[in-house]
Amino acid sequence: MREIGLDDLADIATGAAILGTGGGGDPYIGRLMARAALRENGPVKLTPLAELPDDAVVLPVASMGAPTVMVEKLPAADELSNAVEALCGYLGRRPTHLACAEAGGVNSLIPVAAAARTGLPLIDADGMGRAFPELQMFVPGLYGVKASPMAMSDDKGNRAVIHTVDNHWTERLARAATVEMGGSSTTALYAMTGRQAREYMVPGTLSLCAELGALVERHRTTGDTAEAVAERLGGRVLFTGKVLDVERRTVGGFARGTARLTDGSAELRLSFQNEHLLAELDGVPVATTPDLICVLDQQTGVPVTTEGTRYGQRVTVLVAPCDPRWHTPEGLALVGPRYFGYDLDPVTT
Amino acid sequence: MRIGIDVGGTNTDAVLMDGERVVAAVKRSTTRDVTGGIVAALEGLRDQLLHDRPGAGSPRAAGGTDTATLSDVNAVMIGTTHFINALVEADRLAPTAAVRLGLPATSALPPFVDWPDALVEAVSGRGYLCHGGHEFDGRLISELDPDELRRTADDIRARGIRSVAVSSVFSPVNIEFEERAAEILAAELPGVPISLSHEIGRIGLLERENATIVNAALRELATGIVDGLAGAMAGLGITAPLYLSQNDGTLMDLEFARRYPVATFASGPTNSMRGAAALSGIGTCAVVDIGGTTSDIGILSGGFPREATTEVTVAGIRTNFRMPDVLSIGLGGGSRIHPDHGVGPDSVGYRLPEQALVFGGSTLTATDIAVAAGRAEIGDPSLVAHLDRSMVQAVLKRIADEVAEAVERMRTSPEPLPVVAVGGGSILLPDELPGCGTLHRPGNHSVANAIGAAIAQIGGEVDRIYTVAPGRRETVLDEARQEAVDRAIAGGAQPGSVRIVEFDEIPVPYLPGDATRIRVKAVGDLAIKELSTKGTGHA
Repeated sequence: MREIGLDDLADIATGAAILGTGGGGDPYIGRLMARAALRENGPVKLTPLAELPDDAVVLPVASMGAPTVMVEKLPAADELSNAVEALCGYLGRRPTHLACAEAGGVNSLIPVAAAARTGLPLIDADGMGRAFPELQMFVPGLYGVKASPMAMSDDKGNRAVIHTVDNHWTERLARAATVEMGGSSTTALYAMTGRQAREYMVPGTLSLCAELGALVERHRTTGDTAEAVAERLGGRVLFTGKVLDVERRTVGGFARGTARLTDGSAELRLSFQNEHLLAELDGVPVATTPDLICVLDQQTGVPVTTEGTRYGQRVTVLVAPCDPRWHTPEGLALVGPRYFGYDLDPVTT
Repeated sequence: MRIGIDVGGTNTDAVLMDGERVVAAVKRSTTRDVTGGIVAALEGLRDQLLHDRPGAGSPRAAGGTDTATLSDVNAVMIGTTHFINALVEADRLAPTAAVRLGLPATSALPPFVDWPDALVEAVSGRGYLCHGGHEFDGRLISELDPDELRRTADDIRARGIRSVAVSSVFSPVNIEFEERAAEILAAELPGVPISLSHEIGRIGLLERENATIVNAALRELATGIVDGLAGAMAGLGITAPLYLSQNDGTLMDLEFARRYPVATFASGPTNSMRGAAALSGIGTCAVVDIGGTTSDIGILSGGFPREATTEVTVAGIRTNFRMPDVLSIGLGGGSRIHPDHGVGPDSVGYRLPEQALVFGGSTLTATDIAVAAGRAEIGDPSLVAHLDRSMVQAVLKRIADEVAEAVERMRTSPEPLPVVAVGGGSILLPDELPGCGTLHRPGNHSVANAIGAAIAQIGGEVDRIYTVAPGRRETVLDEARQEAVDRAIAGGAQPGSVRIVEFDEIPVPYLPGDATRIRVKAVGDLAIKELSTKGTGHA
């Protein structure tokens, strides 16, 4: 895939919902923003990681905040470019390429809109290979690329640049500023060189999203989407069954909960915090974060969000390997089961 | 006594009810102008009553106590598809402006952003972005600018736009700006109706704004239709107040109907479910309505349909007004039967009386299977006598399994849930549905919709994000409940009869811990003056 046009947006949104592993926010607003930007500015050029020159300046952009706010207080037209401009001003350099911070949910399409608005190419990669809830969960961060300096912008034209001592501090300060900005903000962070991006970003994830979306569309009536998706992602189908029970509560600003599934004999228990993080088959962990635990509607293959999971749905659960760098000790410290409060070792898929 | 009328795509049904009892029921064809079909149905009711009078030979009238006439009716309730059809057909829509208060936020996606082009054109849609709006916690995004609104009004007037929709960011949290903007615009644009988003939808700006624009575009039509209906009633000597059914199964009076036509959009399926519940005497159940082409499955809880939690797309426009959660599967009396015993989703539809085997046609349909199995006598049963028994049984099992699975998908808990079947296609189902127990099949089910309209109540609702300070939770919840009750009473409910039928408290993620969305719905009986038919000397 060499460029992203209007016809690609629906597939990318579906694929992003799969890699969103139940979280990542509704891609609808992102899709509308990308569509509006593409209509005005034409298709966005997509640069494969391998073609990125060493001295390129790559800048990931992302929305931050509560999905409930994002569907009500829509962004201002210049909010995306304001975040980019603010960081350029601070760095004294202009980016040559934009990038996706995460591949899942709403943040797979916000950068498409930003690229169309700024006229910059987008790289075919992201920093997570999936969706995660906090900004320090970023593969290049494992190799010393800093989120800081990070720029933020809001609907009113406020711009903030945060210069911090580490990525955890960036997350804390940015989260607090986002609440003050009214619960949502646009961010530009993790500026890196072309060489760093080539080595550390997760390659090919935008074209992967498009491919997965097309796959779901093709298999919509055949009932074997999950198998096809699992095969494409190098994973396997874990379970097919009916949702027996869903329990949700909000802890520390995150929607946590569990869903119990049955196929008549065995029972699969899914634990989630925005994203699906743990799957236990009859009490035995069979898949854990950082691997991707994806839940698809059994009949249509459409991904089911943790918010939309409810009693009686018939779903197929599949697990797919994450980027292998998440399985290093440094990676697991950031996104392993223990970080999310589950006292167990990660299962390798 | 009450009259319930349901205007469907094909038929207009009317029932006269005395309390829970159906006194008379008729079915007439829906007419293009809609009002004609309603008048025909009311005349049908009147004729049935005349035939029931002493001397007309009706055994029921022998007691002499219920020689009713249409003038004895206390209330008329109409469920209608007028308005949703006008939108779907892009017909008779008024030129409409959408004024959004939220600048500098929201400019990335202006009003009408995801509308089909043809509908934008049909409403001569024009969007205006103005200052105003609130944050989730009630802070201002920016101050309202009266001069900006007056300039906007000038442009609206100059373009000949005849209806205005106003939406403000987070108006479900704070209604102040929408109300102030409405005052300013009304002063500048006398006679132009103004629809406010907080009265129509919930959180989700685009969806709420879309529903408000649709409402605004329908208001001229609403005035015409409401006046037409009132005139038709008066022409038949009916002086009782007239109400329209809303999406949630409650009623609105004509004044409200002029202002909120969009609230009638889903009254058809709602009335069908509520009518089925009333006929079967079961208030919490799954309702399966099997027609010619599809089966609609919905869930009733305490007599009211469960609402969809997701966005609903109507005529290509994404909205979030309250619609009943209905699952449609392609299975009905006209469904074709395939060689592998598969049923539908293709159907012979309205051509059933020519194409089904029992009518001498050549297409094997679900109805033929039901007749072959002896579940119904339709057409000529000898024409399906040759069908292989095991095939017939296999298809029937398939049908029962598919419906049972759809019911299962709609359930929200493993608790046992009775299943009520209505509609002409309910003959396809066995007396015991797999995993669901005994199937309830109430009588009079062919006019369930009209009965649902006749029994409707008055509702009041609150849906807002509250910032709940520590220790204030109970007070906030009580205030929300009281507001819903007050709204029901203001809408015309008998104060003593109002009760809370729905209550939801949902913490909002990614925001400081005390942001909570609270949804309350209260309903009560319509406060109508019961005219005494005894002792008034006219009998």
